[in-house]
Amino acid sequence: MIYREAGDYKLTYGADAQTFPIKGDRWAYWLALAFAAAVVPLFLTDYLAFALLVPFLIYVIAALGLNLLLGYCGQLSLGTGGFMAVGAYAAFKLMTAFPGLNIVFVIILAGLVTAAVGVLFGLPSLRIKGFYLAVATLAAQFFLVWLFTRAPWFFNYSPTGMITAPTRTLFGVPITGPSASGVSVYLFCLGFVVVLAWLARNLTRGSLGRSWMAIRDMDIAAEIIGVNPLRAKLSAFAISSFYVGIAGALLFTVALGAAEASEAFGIDKSFLVLFMVIIGGLGSILGAFIGAAFLIIGPVLLKLLLVNNLGWPTDLAAHVEVMIIGTLILVFLIAEPHGLTALWRTLKEKLRLWPFPY
Amino acid sequence: MPIEVFFAIEVAINGLMAGVMYALVALGFVLIFKASGIFNFAQGVMALFAALTLVGLQTGQIPFAHLINAIFGTRMHHFGWDLPTIVAIIGTMAVMVLLAFLVERLVLKHLVNQEPIILFMATIGLAYLLEGLGDVMWGAEVKQLDVGLPQGASVWIGDTTYALFGYDFFIDKLALWAAGIAAVLVIGLTLFSQYTRQGRALRAVADDHQAALSVGISLRAIWVLTWSIAGFVALVAGIMWGASSGVQFSLSLIALKALPVLILGGFTSIPGAIVGGLIIGVGEKLFDFFFQPIVGGATENWFAYMLALVFLLFRPQGLFGEKIIERV
Repeated sequence: MIYREAGDYKLTYGADAQTFPIKGDRWAYWLALAFAAAVVPLFLTDYLAFALLVPFLIYVIAALGLNLLLGYCGQLSLGTGGFMAVGAYAAFKLMTAFPGLNIVFVIILAGLVTAAVGVLFGLPSLRIKGFYLAVATLAAQFFLVWLFTRAPWFFNYSPTGMITAPTRTLFGVPITGPSASGVSVYLFCLGFVVVLAWLARNLTRGSLGRSWMAIRDMDIAAEIIGVNPLRAKLSAFAISSFYVGIAGALLFTVALGAAEASEAFGIDKSFLVLFMVIIGGLGSILGAFIGAAFLIIGPVLLKLLLVNNLGWPTDLAAHVEVMIIGTLILVFLIAEPHGLTALWRTLKEKLRLWPFPY
Repeated sequence: MPIEVFFAIEVAINGLMAGVMYALVALGFVLIFKASGIFNFAQGVMALFAALTLVGLQTGQIPFAHLINAIFGTRMHHFGWDLPTIVAIIGTMAVMVLLAFLVERLVLKHLVNQEPIILFMATIGLAYLLEGLGDVMWGAEVKQLDVGLPQGASVWIGDTTYALFGYDFFIDKLALWAAGIAAVLVIGLTLFSQYTRQGRALRAVADDHQAALSVGISLRAIWVLTWSIAGFVALVAGIMWGASSGVQFSLSLIALKALPVLILGGFTSIPGAIVGGLIIGVGEKLFDFFFQPIVGGATENWFAYMLALVFLLFRPQGLFGEKIIERV
């Protein structure tokens, strides 16, 4: 009775085309946003922020990026970890080369650098697709990580090969470096997530997103109706890499503080983000959030349950976790190929008809 | 001849041997791809799983011992016997056949007619599942695998080449065995697919699923058969890698190396898998040998993929593959 579109009159074309056509959804959206921005910081501890919420927000950005590429444009990339490394190292070079540059611009510029690299490695997608493309992006993954561990210029000739984020402030509050507090870092990441998710949602509703979906569904037909595949695919790679680069830059600057390419941005990160997109739902903005929540918060809960409550050894718990993730991937691909979002959508449909299901 | 030339030749020969290993993994990929059009990402993990199972059976480990201990608070780890190698190999093969059956029954059956990319992602999930299962069953520590294959430098080759060229070539005996076994495997598989009833059915399915169905070939039985053979190839690859560098997680990473091998050789060609493996093996070793002074080491990590990338741009069907790739 509470979740209805009846009585919710659309008087303008703008109101008709809005993202959340149902009033309940709009309310839920603003409430969630207010809760995340105003209530969560009140009881946020540093542990909760750095172990759970900040990684979650950062992986949401990465999953959004991969979802634009895979879910909307249909191009499989296994190079996400490598592109995150590009973002991280670009941010590091920018921070050390221009100490006066504002951290927000550092991160956006790092995203732009990653976009350029992404376009470069997206070029093969013009001739190949499917898992052939996956192999091509694997080349990006391994080459980029190798480059960042071997070429000393990228880590400023530091003897350990690590990159460390210097302290930067925003409005006088430290965001990066050891003195940054959990709350400020959380709000900083939340800002990026909100803006980028809004951007992604509106991109996919516009002509660019439609051209991506046309390419995904059938590239030849898309070309015939006038979609330029070169433009569609390369823009998908560029924007996806922009997101992934920002995620990498944030992961390095605010979440980790120090990173080493092969360890922090290995192939396992590529798979992690891919799994988020699959479990959350291909071609859905909400799916990126659900998938990231599932794969970041799920393992922490599982570890709490198995190690702390049942007293299992840590390594055994880690292996069980890998098994569970693998099983979930299979279950989702078989039973619900559209991911957790589809379950959510079904639930909403049921709710709209309740209590008269016919 | 100067010593560097000999050195380069030695590097190339050792690269050939590494290439045989890559080819063994790639072979499993090709078999499954031909029969079912599935790109089996889990092939490398299957090799790891097979090797883990072999070691576990051989040394009489209790499966899931860690899990059982953690749940019931017991302290068991071994049955206290050592199985003969041949029995352990047969037991492992039985496990791999069971695995093939389960994969067909629980996964593939439900994913018929899905897009290839969905199937590919399903095998990535399968890879994770098997990796976790192997660790939970047998423990994750690095294990020694000894099936009685000779190891160490071949003295005979060293002596002969020293007498002929004045340079003592270092070639691992195990590598020679690996090459021999790979050759036997390829010949055996070729004979099987050419001259047996099952082999012909296999090729029929590879050619055309629907036509094969219409002449009464059971697709599902063939899939179980293919995955079993792929499991067998994975076992052989697992034994070889395990004997040379211990059974450990990095084994599953060679699966990734097999992808460029396939792109070079073509996804549908068994000789292509072998030749592709050899080219990658020699190529990456020689590239590292010549360019190490300029760009620094560890180029093996990416050389294969970059070579594959170049191939994708200029000859996407590989050296021997059919032109099935869709050009955009």
